[in-house]
Amino acid sequence: MKHLGNPTKAALAALTLAAMTAPAQAQQGLDEPFQKPFKEALAGKTVAYVPVAMNFDLTEGWYAGLKKELEPFGVKFVIRDANWNTNAGAQAVTSLISEKPAVMVVHNPDVQTYAKLLQRAENEGIYVIQINMGSAYRSSAFVGANWVEIGERQTEGVVKACEGKSNKIAIIQGALSAAASAYTLKGVENVLAKHPEIKVVSSQAADWDAAKAKAITQTVLKQNPDLCGIVGFWDGMDIGTAAAVKEAGLTGKVFLATSGGGERKGACELVKSGAFDLNMSYDVPTQAAQMAGTIKWLLSSGAKPGSIKGSEYTTLIPITKENADSQTACWNLSDLKK
Amino acid sequence: MKRFRVNQQEIVFAVFALLFLVFSIFLNGFLTADNMLTLLQNVAVLGILGLAMAIVVIGRGIDISLIAALAVPPGLVLQMVQNGHSLPTSLLTAVLLTIAFGLVNGWLIAYAEVPSLFATLATGLLLAGLGQAALFQLDVVQWSPGMNGFERLGQGTVLGIPTSIWMFAIACIVVAFLLRQTRWGAYIYAIGDNPYAARVTGIPSRPIIVLQYVITALIGCFAGLVLAASVNSMPTRIFNSTLIYDVILVVVLGGIGLSGGRGGVLNVIIGTLLIGTMLNGMTIMDISYAGQNLIKGVVLLLAVITDSFLNPRNEETAQQGDI
Repeated sequence: MKHLGNPTKAALAALTLAAMTAPAQAQQGLDEPFQKPFKEALAGKTVAYVPVAMNFDLTEGWYAGLKKELEPFGVKFVIRDANWNTNAGAQAVTSLISEKPAVMVVHNPDVQTYAKLLQRAENEGIYVIQINMGSAYRSSAFVGANWVEIGERQTEGVVKACEGKSNKIAIIQGALSAAASAYTLKGVENVLAKHPEIKVVSSQAADWDAAKAKAITQTVLKQNPDLCGIVGFWDGMDIGTAAAVKEAGLTGKVFLATSGGGERKGACELVKSGAFDLNMSYDVPTQAAQMAGTIKWLLSSGAKPGSIKGSEYTTLIPITKENADSQTACWNLSDLKK
Repeated sequence: MKRFRVNQQEIVFAVFALLFLVFSIFLNGFLTADNMLTLLQNVAVLGILGLAMAIVVIGRGIDISLIAALAVPPGLVLQMVQNGHSLPTSLLTAVLLTIAFGLVNGWLIAYAEVPSLFATLATGLLLAGLGQAALFQLDVVQWSPGMNGFERLGQGTVLGIPTSIWMFAIACIVVAFLLRQTRWGAYIYAIGDNPYAARVTGIPSRPIIVLQYVITALIGCFAGLVLAASVNSMPTRIFNSTLIYDVILVVVLGGIGLSGGRGGVLNVIIGTLLIGTMLNGMTIMDISYAGQNLIKGVVLLLAVITDSFLNPRNEETAQQGDI
């Protein structure tokens, strides 16, 4: 202290004095300068949601999650259900462009159909967030699963289970027109390229249909009773695949890997029952939370739509017998809707 | 012309026999008892639906809403059980819904005289929409513990034969009995052959038409229950699939003329066997999806062309709106 000059000493004394009186001032509170503009940026804004269809776990989960996060801030949340109809979806996007919501959350049925429309929307000043299925146009944000990674990790699981066995596997694809199915297949191919010992005895599309998946699997299992693994592309369809494996008495012998949104009844319960050995979950509530976060960030940033572009690939949760019982591996749609 | 006349049933049976022979010789693992059972099991639900469709087609109608009857009432059973209702209550509700649905179809076609194609196209959409909007939480209605035991309807075996094949067999016997042994069955043929003549001879055509659609819806619902039991869930989105075309394929391929009054259960069985053999063979050969559709489309086209040659339209009774 002796090196300090007098003025410093005086300042210190003043600070001490100030510190003694400060508690009284702190009780008056301090305004956080950014929350008000944030609230203003969100209040009264419209967020439009265009899923490929409602009424299935993924889109219902995203809807509930977004609603929960956005409505308390006075955001108006509207939905345009394409109901598996690509034309209806394109019309919905087109009419939304003229209605000018602040944000569009779009679930693409394929890579091309909406691409031009989404670009137009961003030019018109609407933020576009694409979810789980991207299009050829890169918009402000993509939030969703990495299908190639899903295919890779499922196949890795199957290849591992096949070690020392017949090395014969089957692939049950979704619908050929769906990019999610094609991307997943790419992931499968990536892994198979590294494992030439694996023989694919059947690779067929079951159209996301459980009954078709069951029929294909039954026939394949009769031809190849020594099959060691199956890569399925969606848990809603692979209920049928699992039923065929069970009827052939091969549960536990044929490793069945699938993927889905991680809803408890469709994922954890079926892994617990032994129907699936591995279910790569893209954890819908977390995806919904990331979508909501992105919307909040974009609206409060004031950035020009289309001027910044980024991606958020969500983390996958591999559901196996080990974690199927845990509270966190899966989610309940009924809880999310509360 | 008389000296060389084969009917479509014989042609299709010959095609089936030929295909079967070729597959047996050239396709490893096709001709095994196990694979034969799988083949039948895979088409059992389609066969049951074919029977349902056959009844209305014989009566000179068509029921496009059949897949809605397959999807919605059984889906309702699964949903109600999931929500905590008992299985018998849920089944009863579903049966009542199915009967009501059949009555609406029948009334529209018999009394309001809407052509069956348009009437059932609309009611099918209505029922599927009702299911989606009001009855189901999700498109795929999952099995719940309350349903345990019921999966025996579509899974497992009795005397070494998969249950779904038994269900198809039972449905065949019931429909054959209805069509061939009862007066109502005879009336259905009469109406299909010539509706005006049938009415003139004093057959209660309108109530019989209503009855056809009620029975068809009930068989559709039964097929749905077998399907749900076999895959442990009810994918109600199946309504949007092309299943209805497969059903029509089975019926037309089997030789039940779309102009009505002809054919029977045997035709459905033959049509189902041919489709089953084709699907099974193509799956074993691992033919791509597009290739399978192409082959199916060509076969349907050939069947329809043969049908119009062998069962020419009856110029006296044909009218606009007929299929």
